[in-house]
Amino acid sequence: MEKVEIDAKDMQYTPLNETIREAVRNGAKEIILDNVIGQRFIADGLKGDVTIRINGVAGGDLGMFMNGPTCIVNGNCDHAPGNTMDGGTIVIHGSAGDAAAHSMRGGKLFVKNNIGYRGGIHMKQYEEERKPVLVVGGSSHAFLGEYMAGGLILVLGIGQEDPAKDRGIGSGIHGGMIVIRGEVKDELLGVGARKAEFGEKELEMITPYVEEFCKYFDTEPSGLLDMNYTCIVPASARPFAGKYTWE
Amino acid sequence: MSLGSVPLKYKITIDREQCMHCMRCIDNCSYGVYHKEDDRIIIDSRKCTACHHCISMCPRDAISLQERPVDYRSHPLWTAEAREDIINQARTGKIILAGMGNAKPYPVIFDRLVLDACQVTNPSIDPLREPMELRTYLGKKPSKLEIDKKDNGDVELLTKLTPNLKLETPIMIGHMSYGAISLNAQLSLAKAVEKTGTFMGTGEGGLHEAIYPYQKNMIVQVASGRFGVDINYLERGAAIEIKIGQGAKPGIGGHLPGEKVCQDVSCTRMIPLGSDAISPAPHHDIYSIEDLAQLVRSLKEATEWKKPVFVKIAAVHNAAAIAAGIARSSADAVVIDGFRGGSGATPKVFRDNVGIPIEAAVASVDQKLKDQGIRNKISVIASGGIRNSADIAKSIALGADAVYIGTGALIAMGCRVCGQCYRGMCPWGIATQRPDLVERLDPEAESEHVANLIRSWTLELSELMGAAGINSIESLRSNRSRLRGYMLDEGTLDVLQVKPVGA
Repeated sequence: MEKVEIDAKDMQYTPLNETIREAVRNGAKEIILDNVIGQRFIADGLKGDVTIRINGVAGGDLGMFMNGPTCIVNGNCDHAPGNTMDGGTIVIHGSAGDAAAHSMRGGKLFVKNNIGYRGGIHMKQYEEERKPVLVVGGSSHAFLGEYMAGGLILVLGIGQEDPAKDRGIGSGIHGGMIVIRGEVKDELLGVGARKAEFGEKELEMITPYVEEFCKYFDTEPSGLLDMNYTCIVPASARPFAGKYTWE
Repeated sequence: MSLGSVPLKYKITIDREQCMHCMRCIDNCSYGVYHKEDDRIIIDSRKCTACHHCISMCPRDAISLQERPVDYRSHPLWTAEAREDIINQARTGKIILAGMGNAKPYPVIFDRLVLDACQVTNPSIDPLREPMELRTYLGKKPSKLEIDKKDNGDVELLTKLTPNLKLETPIMIGHMSYGAISLNAQLSLAKAVEKTGTFMGTGEGGLHEAIYPYQKNMIVQVASGRFGVDINYLERGAAIEIKIGQGAKPGIGGHLPGEKVCQDVSCTRMIPLGSDAISPAPHHDIYSIEDLAQLVRSLKEATEWKKPVFVKIAAVHNAAAIAAGIARSSADAVVIDGFRGGSGATPKVFRDNVGIPIEAAVASVDQKLKDQGIRNKISVIASGGIRNSADIAKSIALGADAVYIGTGALIAMGCRVCGQCYRGMCPWGIATQRPDLVERLDPEAESEHVANLIRSWTLELSELMGAAGINSIESLRSNRSRLRGYMLDEGTLDVLQVKPVGA
């Protein structure tokens, strides 16, 4: 059983996920979900090597706690895709809501267009093998990468005058890196965030993710592989170390 | 001009006649109170935290400790503590960090509640010869049971029961994370709950591999930092608890300083070595009770609706309304953590001034759930300042299904409540990650001490129940007619729904 088609019309999320799990258990390598209309928790906690193609709008917490599968959404996505995700890939051919990649601790999330507020909030990483990556084709909103403790956020700003126009970028950031195409005004940086040089090393680091983004969304990477980026990193791995005194 | 030093908090004295110069006091004090000069043991009392480790290890009982040997001019408002806090903050400009629970002398409501006992009109029960039922099931209970009676007389249960947690005693151990406490301390607790048929919380520090053998007795915690949370962690736990708030610090998040994030802690939490582990106040995917419901359901969905999900909140004035919302969120139990709840590290101003007593919070939550006809939809767990079996009996009579103990279990392992957990130098090997201190704690021996505490409180509970003519813990739950308030004001009695003594 390599390929399975599921009609999600009028299906609540629990039976839908049960059907998906059953298909994975039976060895499905590709699952096509048609008529998805906002069902939450698709692929929640799902493990395995399977590609799920979602035709429609995916609801909140797509791929939450997921470890392994690939989810491709042919449409928009509600809030928090990739929430606390462990591994795997989510590709959204549209925009996503707030808290995309919330606490993501591994795997990759690619959004073709824009994301809402609090993108990449609390993303964290453990050594190199668990490094989460969020790539946004369009723009992001306030509190991007807040409390970020690891991983990479890349905002490409394709078709945008201002890819990150809201405040609070990297508030409380103490690990990882935020890379935004173009200039970012100093006043948009949150407490604990600072700009760092974007050099050849950083370009080399983001190149595979730019190329992967372009492969998914059928775009040419050449126009994006230059030095026109702003790099934002933590001012300290211990942002609150000096805030307390002993009793 | 310098503010100068404040008087000593504790003064250590060595009886030189008794002392045999074995130097164990020097070896045992992690705070550096003692050192050797030539052949003499020199004391720096200013470094003492009253942890008592030197006293307990001295083979000659030569060490004595005196609290605050020098004091200020007495004043009812400007206490020594108030003055010293000001001096500390005038010097540093920082937030004062504190450990353990609320240290202010608020009246303890438990101590103004008395339990009832039978005399003549209905008989008391003798637990020596009558079976006492303390088994407790945490989780949703159906409002009614549908059964199918077969022609042959067999009966089939048609109602689908929700997964419950089965406890042999209504006493559990609350969430103290690996990071805040040592692995040996967690192992001791894990062995103790396995021995006594109950459960403990992992805290928000993830689940260390060494604890895997005890996972069937573990409640895994999901806090805003999502430390150590992945699908395997969720699947390992017997239940999952979402931490919204904590009694020692309602409204604020957690913060494990980078000093305590050693290699093993960083691996278990899945965060970089030496970085701060910041758990902010809000979960960033929860901004309403509906969002909380979504997190509850996402955890259930991830674990295929096989595990109970608890939600822990701090006891605050509107806890009852919040609990009613939680009861409708698909959660199976709500944990209410009172303002006496412990903590490894919290701003002192929160520890001592924010939140409400567990007694009032549990009573109002239980009453609200009953008033709304949804008490069966959720279990209530009380925590924060439970000191003995009487507190447990009173908590249950006020409306709790079970209790979490925290500081009590630590005391059973040696903790002397010195309140310095945040410094990571606990000489008892409990609230530390320093290998030389951690190895002082023997998990086998300490697990027996903790298990003994749970066993003895369970025995006492049976006796208290028997005296009240009750043979099942379920009959004590929310049974406020078994309580009377002594020297409690009318307003508090009204919230507790308890009559005064003599009534």
